[in-house]
Amino acid sequence: MSRLNNKKGLLAGLLRHQMLIPIAALLLLALFNLIADPSFFKISLGTNSNGDPVLTGYLITIIDCGSELAILAIGMTLVTAASGGQDISVGAAIAISGSVVLRVLCGSDSHAQTLQAPIIVAFLVSCAVAMIFGAFNGTLVAFFRIQPMVATLILFTAGRYIAASFHNNELPIVNDPSFGYYGNYFPGIPVPTPCFIAVICFAVITLVLKRTNLGLYIQSVGINEKTARLNGLHPEWIKFMTYVILGLCVAVAGFIKVSRLSTINYSVIAKDIEMDAILAVALGGNALSGGKFNMGASILGAYVIQFLSTTLYKFNVQSDALPAYKAVVVILLVVMSAPAVREKLSALFAKLRKPSHAAQT
Amino acid sequence: MKSRRVITAILAAVLCGTAMTACGGGSKNIKVGIINNDPNESGYRTANVNDLKNTFTAEKGYDAQFSYSMKNDEQIQYAQKYIQDEVDYLLLSAAETAGWDTVLQDAKKAGVKVILFDRKVDADSSLYEASIISDMEKEGQTAVDWLKGQSLSEYNIIHLQGVMGSAAQQGRSGALVNTAKELGWNIIAEQTAEWSAEKAQQIVQSVIDSGKKFNVIYAENDDMAKGAVAALDKANISHGVGKDVIIMGFDCNKWALKELKAGNWNYDGQCNPFQSSYIVDIINKLQKGESLSEKVIIMDEKGFDATTITDADVEQYGIGN
Repeated sequence: MSRLNNKKGLLAGLLRHQMLIPIAALLLLALFNLIADPSFFKISLGTNSNGDPVLTGYLITIIDCGSELAILAIGMTLVTAASGGQDISVGAAIAISGSVVLRVLCGSDSHAQTLQAPIIVAFLVSCAVAMIFGAFNGTLVAFFRIQPMVATLILFTAGRYIAASFHNNELPIVNDPSFGYYGNYFPGIPVPTPCFIAVICFAVITLVLKRTNLGLYIQSVGINEKTARLNGLHPEWIKFMTYVILGLCVAVAGFIKVSRLSTINYSVIAKDIEMDAILAVALGGNALSGGKFNMGASILGAYVIQFLSTTLYKFNVQSDALPAYKAVVVILLVVMSAPAVREKLSALFAKLRKPSHAAQT
Repeated sequence: MKSRRVITAILAAVLCGTAMTACGGGSKNIKVGIINNDPNESGYRTANVNDLKNTFTAEKGYDAQFSYSMKNDEQIQYAQKYIQDEVDYLLLSAAETAGWDTVLQDAKKAGVKVILFDRKVDADSSLYEASIISDMEKEGQTAVDWLKGQSLSEYNIIHLQGVMGSAAQQGRSGALVNTAKELGWNIIAEQTAEWSAEKAQQIVQSVIDSGKKFNVIYAENDDMAKGAVAALDKANISHGVGKDVIIMGFDCNKWALKELKAGNWNYDGQCNPFQSSYIVDIINKLQKGESLSEKVIIMDEKGFDATTITDADVEQYGIGN
């Protein structure tokens, strides 16, 4: 997250630039909701149908439902930074890894009454599978030098069929309630579990970026591959690694998704999430052509997108008009976060500040 | 020797046209080319594909070829291939409605009889023998009539729509919207969840968060109803037979009918994927040289009520596993 870069001197610069747009967007949406209906921010403690305490309210919904997207944004940011392109297969990959989770849990009987394997095993297997598919994408991009969007188009097209084939097109349903805890609530804990999972992911990536040189290496490969190579880095392996990390993010997101409803629908699960993940990276002010990145801004971008969807649902925008509203907001945000516009804006701010500064002294 | 006999028989069939039974051998298999959408598309499609596969077998006297695509141009290529193969019948569930005129004319010239199933095609009705379809408006109307019959003191409805513009969405939405207008029902939220359970869950969650009262959820497919129920469970709102909120779904997946049987849901409307028996009827009639009384055949589709559904219904009408 950004806070790791918040050494005093950097704070002003970074905040003014990269974090500004997602924070401004978030504040704008919050302000809009505050004026339209202050009850938007109400959080209440209720009970669910099992009698366990749960927190409810729009804000809880946002951080709950935004978890998967935020986790994906981590991987997508790294992939974007290193390879200067995006992975459009994450939605299909979620279908695959979610399908693997259910395949391991249900065994060969898609309606097994009891779990056929411990949940942790299912999760680890799905991680391995998702990372293999990530490695497949990574190999195409890094070693065969195929455009990321073209390379990942393969899985984008085939992924959902692969997911369906694990179960012979049947829809598996997990009947054991304990599987649902990961996408909903652990009994007795009123905060949705996906929030905790997301926070763990943020903590891990923060530690990795802080303690290792991975972030630096990724950025240098993204900025200039040749210079990176001259400095002793292996650009192919670093690109490859970002796709594997994205695979891991996909596995975590897929696990949450299938746990939410204890089942899967291959054709609609995580549909279009790849576009939202790319949008989150763009909203974070990261250049989609690679190079420098700000992880915190991407994650915040993901929550902005969820905030927007929840707001639109709240105001019950007419169904056929929904994409249009979303498009308008997205255009505004993306234009505002474009580097060219940001430069102009900061120049404008600088100009405004100078005269007032002069007047005061 | 055998292949030559088959070729002669087919030639004879093509030449004789409708009077085929008179000149062709009675024991010969009927050649059928089936073009369908992708079996993975949905539980509905999987059931549909299995139904056709189980019906058009060699044991039942058919020589059937199957091909699947969700792209119109690929489907048209398959159709051209079948026409060249000189099949007797071409069964088609078109990916898109437009673009079929030319190839259907080719089929007609070649004496191939075309039967449309499941999906309509924008082509002159002289180009096909029959079209077997679901009437989505009727499905919606059956459901809405059932809802009317519940005589609630007031109707506050959450309406979860499918992908906007799809035939199922238009038909199922139309019935509800019109009746609501007529009878003064309140539709307190109307949103598209694009057939997705996750989106439906978020939409219903958002209505719950807003504190609005509702007592009916009209979801245009089973998945969305499932998502809605997940949101209700989270908020401890009771649903099902004799409870606070009425749950309505469509498609009759087997798991959904089990929910119905358990009383967690109230109503599920059928969208019949079993067209093969209708197709067989038509082929038999045409083989005997009879003419069909009507070109567009609308399938029987039921609506199930949680209070009257039986285990036998779940087994017979439930699609999927």
